[in-house]
Amino acid sequence: MTMPAFLARIDKPVLAAFGCIILLLLVGSLYSSSFLSPEYLLQQLQVASFLGLIATGMMLVVLLGQIDLSVPWVVTVGGMMSTAAAGWGPLGEALAIPFGITCGMVMGLISGFGVAYLRVPSMIFTLGMNAVAQGLMVLRTGGFAPQDHSTETMHFLATGRSILNIPNALFVWIAVGAATIFLLGRTTFGRTVYAIGNKERAAYLSGLPTQRVIMLAFMASGGLSAFAGVLLAGYSTKAYQSMGDPYLLPAVAAVVLGGTNILGGRGSYIGTIAGVILITLLQSILSVMQIDEAGRQLIYGAVIIGMLLVYGRQKKAS
Amino acid sequence: MGATMPLFQMQGVAKSYGGVRALEEAHLRVEAGRIHAVLGENGAGKSTLIKIMSGVVQADAGDMMLDGARVVFPSPKSANAAGIACIFQELSLIPDLSVADNIAIANPPRRFGLIDRRAQRRFAEAALARAGAEDIHPLAQVKDLPLSRRQMVEIAKALARKPRILILDEATSALTAGDVAKVFTVLKRLRDEGLALLYISHRMQEIDELADDCSVYRNGRHVASYQAGTKSRNDVVEMMIGREYSHVFPPKPALPKTGAPALEVAGLNWTHRLNDISFAARPGEIVGLGGLDGQGQRELLLALFGVLRGVTGDVVVNGVRRHARGPRSAKAAATAMALIPEDRKTEGLMLPMSVRDNLTLPALDSLARFGVIDRAREQDAVERMVKLLAIKAANLDIPVGALSGGNQQKVVIAKWLMVAPRIILLNDPTRGIDVGTKQEIYQLLRKLADEGATILFYSTDYDELIGCCDRVLVMYDGAVTRELVGAEITEHALVSSAFSIDSGSIDQTGERQVG
Amino acid sequence: MGDFRYWLAENKGTLLAVAVFIIMFAIYTGNHSAGFSGMVVTTAANKGVLLALVAMAQTLVVLTAGIDLSVGMVFVLANCLASQLVVGDALETTFGVVVVLLAGVACGALNGLIVIYGRLQPIVTTLATGAMFYGIALWLRPIPGGDVNSDLADALTEQLPGGIPTSLVVLLGIVLVVWVPLRRSEIGRAIYAIGSSEPAAYMSGVNIDRARLTAYIVSGLLSACGGLMLTFITYSGEASATIGGSYTLNSIAAVVIGGVSLFGGAGSAIGAIFGAFVLRTIGDLLFVFDFDPLWQPLFQGVILLLAVTLGSLRLLNVKNRLDLFG
Repeated sequence: MTMPAFLARIDKPVLAAFGCIILLLLVGSLYSSSFLSPEYLLQQLQVASFLGLIATGMMLVVLLGQIDLSVPWVVTVGGMMSTAAAGWGPLGEALAIPFGITCGMVMGLISGFGVAYLRVPSMIFTLGMNAVAQGLMVLRTGGFAPQDHSTETMHFLATGRSILNIPNALFVWIAVGAATIFLLGRTTFGRTVYAIGNKERAAYLSGLPTQRVIMLAFMASGGLSAFAGVLLAGYSTKAYQSMGDPYLLPAVAAVVLGGTNILGGRGSYIGTIAGVILITLLQSILSVMQIDEAGRQLIYGAVIIGMLLVYGRQKKAS
Repeated sequence: MGATMPLFQMQGVAKSYGGVRALEEAHLRVEAGRIHAVLGENGAGKSTLIKIMSGVVQADAGDMMLDGARVVFPSPKSANAAGIACIFQELSLIPDLSVADNIAIANPPRRFGLIDRRAQRRFAEAALARAGAEDIHPLAQVKDLPLSRRQMVEIAKALARKPRILILDEATSALTAGDVAKVFTVLKRLRDEGLALLYISHRMQEIDELADDCSVYRNGRHVASYQAGTKSRNDVVEMMIGREYSHVFPPKPALPKTGAPALEVAGLNWTHRLNDISFAARPGEIVGLGGLDGQGQRELLLALFGVLRGVTGDVVVNGVRRHARGPRSAKAAATAMALIPEDRKTEGLMLPMSVRDNLTLPALDSLARFGVIDRAREQDAVERMVKLLAIKAANLDIPVGALSGGNQQKVVIAKWLMVAPRIILLNDPTRGIDVGTKQEIYQLLRKLADEGATILFYSTDYDELIGCCDRVLVMYDGAVTRELVGAEITEHALVSSAFSIDSGSIDQTGERQVG
Repeated sequence: MGDFRYWLAENKGTLLAVAVFIIMFAIYTGNHSAGFSGMVVTTAANKGVLLALVAMAQTLVVLTAGIDLSVGMVFVLANCLASQLVVGDALETTFGVVVVLLAGVACGALNGLIVIYGRLQPIVTTLATGAMFYGIALWLRPIPGGDVNSDLADALTEQLPGGIPTSLVVLLGIVLVVWVPLRRSEIGRAIYAIGSSEPAAYMSGVNIDRARLTAYIVSGLLSACGGLMLTFITYSGEASATIGGSYTLNSIAAVVIGGVSLFGGAGSAIGAIFGAFVLRTIGDLLFVFDFDPLWQPLFQGVILLLAVTLGSLRLLNVKNRLDLFG
């Protein structure tokens, strides 16, 4: 009936997630002493930054009680369109990054429209958008790997280290993260997102601009996925087919492990940060331990279930 | 009360939800072949009592005895098996299944391990006939039936199980007058056949007609049990509220209001649920909407607020024609409308969010600059509202779900007051609220009216309509059948208009035939 | 006929899917150079049946108002397991088939148990178990390979005298043995009940846990059937995450096109079967009309989007906007 421990519950999953991070670090250090070295940790945070951007967008959408399954190909759109723009002369090169992000935002906008105004369940609409994005990219590249290269800036952002040897990608994530924390905590937009996720009906009846907010959230998710694609293309200096495939499930897992309720309305960004780092560390430990892919997948799934059983359970219906 | 062994007894039953005592030292004595009315205000514990009896919740303490033997019902299924059937307000029907599937949901007739559909259909038809609802087709999907038909299906379903004790929890609220009469005939026949009936209702006239015995509960405790007809209406009400109720309502201003209307409605139509509604309300007036439940009162409020699509007719606010396209435009300064919705838990509040967050939702734009919330302004506004409405909460950051029903409703009202509405629509605002908070709300409404607001107020409680409203529009079948002004608002007038019975006064629309 | 009207109302989603499929398939065979020949129909049927089985599996879970993101991985797991076990003489082959089906049951049971007793949401549960099933599949078949009893495989994937693809007969058989009895049983009705309104189902005394577990178990069984058929068609096992993921997502699309409500409680596996056939035929249609193959994925995506949007568009007719919200 009531949830007086609501505030405590927000903290518990986040604490659990950070606890698991520490646990993973300890386990990893048993395998290799360099696991706890600053260099290795920074490298992990760099890899985590890509997932972090995607998970940020996913979190916004999940907070609404929706989901974004278009991540795989929107990421690819971001990568491919930005590298394409890079080949369109000096203006293209300068605007490559914003162009890639904008393409993602457009896809997100369409998804948002479908969910907010056409009331199509987000699961199925974003699924469709994913297929459309794939179709567009196949058309563009002729089915081959694209020959475009990323710009210097993209490469710099993705792989460079400017200050104190901290990866630039991490700075990007920090900037986006800080903006998200502010957005969720201090703006009308953020408050409306939580309200919609809790009870869209009541949010509507309170006169909140529910449709607009849903559309904007999906637009942000699309933009952030594309941004990640841009950075990934910068990392490998080119875009490639299916570059976004490995990011969908980890993004959802990161959001959920960070304590955000998959049904919406509850979750803090700090938790998502923890979830992203957790997933990244988990994946890297599994490869360091040289467990083959089969074992890795098995453990990956089992760990997620295990952690959710600890703190992700729904309340029993009374 | 006979000296024979009662069919069913409850003694010393207690139940708490969180920190709230729903029942304490509750007794009940049910005899076979008698209709037993359970009376009490909202929050008196009647619903909890019924839920314990039907296995939906478990008591914290106390005993239940069936045929003299102690029983416990851990689930609705076990209560059903013991012969206790409860008719809820449509909660137990599965929308996507057919009527026949619903009636025979537990223990359907079988053939070769699978459901025998023909036999099930015959079974359903028999059950429907027994409940007086032959017109309902057994293959119709429940979600396609209107509420009154669904309630009849619920009744048929309960009767199909041949129960020994039948509990009706406000089961006639959605029924048409014709259905009510039919159901009463059925119930009386069953009573004569030996069924024990437990009947919860707010409608005194129904209880007068049906009940053999009555029990009154207040604040979770059993107050008295007596034979029907042995207590006066006054005595019963006083037992229910625990004090004289004449002090509950603030005084009404004596002079009728004059001046330009703030809200004018002309020829409002919507599907078949709202038929040609016209009325006007002036600033400072509290206009009530009366009539039996489900006659379009809720829809009228929703239509004014812009929630319904396909509404035709004119709505004029402060002299300017308006078409509210939704709550967002309705609350805007031009119309300045607010709606306190029907169900605060699903429509008025986000239970897990904090009191503060809930309070500021409609006014969010005015508390922010370029989208960023001004915390100081927010704190200011919130504190003002908490003080104005005397909202009792440990602090403003606890989830609003932790507050009592009365305080929750205050939060709903407060959040709307923050946008300074000039027209306030209320959809049964005091349902499920304790008497103390009700009084506070009545005082608040009168104060707001005195300050110039126009209030449109739907209530299922006759006393509220009589006590609070300057005028009452009685609705039947989606139209306003009668307007009662000032001293004309009496219980007799309200009841007779509700059933569309001409009581001798001039009928407002002039032509409307008696139903 | 009053009764017919009600049957129509209840099954309109399914009927629509059937109608769309018939039209599309007619266009397809009408324009195919080989016409309505045995080969054309059999190849189409084999492809369609695979997705149809996985779509049936998804239907069971969606009916309970859940979603199963692991159906594709159970499908792949069954395929890999079959490529190991469904070989040899009749006895060994039968044993292999039984083991593969039981594996599907076990996977479904795992999903169901975690959702019911762990009280986790189906979407995250099956996300994680999907990874686990894939891991097991990969362990069984690190590289594609294996074999299958070719007699059985040929028998089930070619044609019966008269040109009817055997795979369709197999599908029909599975529908008659698994779906129809379930639909008409009390527990099948309970599955619909909990998807339609779990509180009402509880109040009515329906055994919610048992119904949910049954749905997941039958779902696993059906995915395993699909995996078996895949093995019979390809004669090998491959642990491909791409295939698994694609079947999972397509099963969701098939289910929606087939008129099954993602909110639970409404729809039929028959509709999902035709939804699957419709999806498969879209690709074939594009091929037949000589669409530039490069345009095919885009076309498929747009059509999928339009199809699911149209399915949800009835919501735009609501008169009370509050009905738009759950």
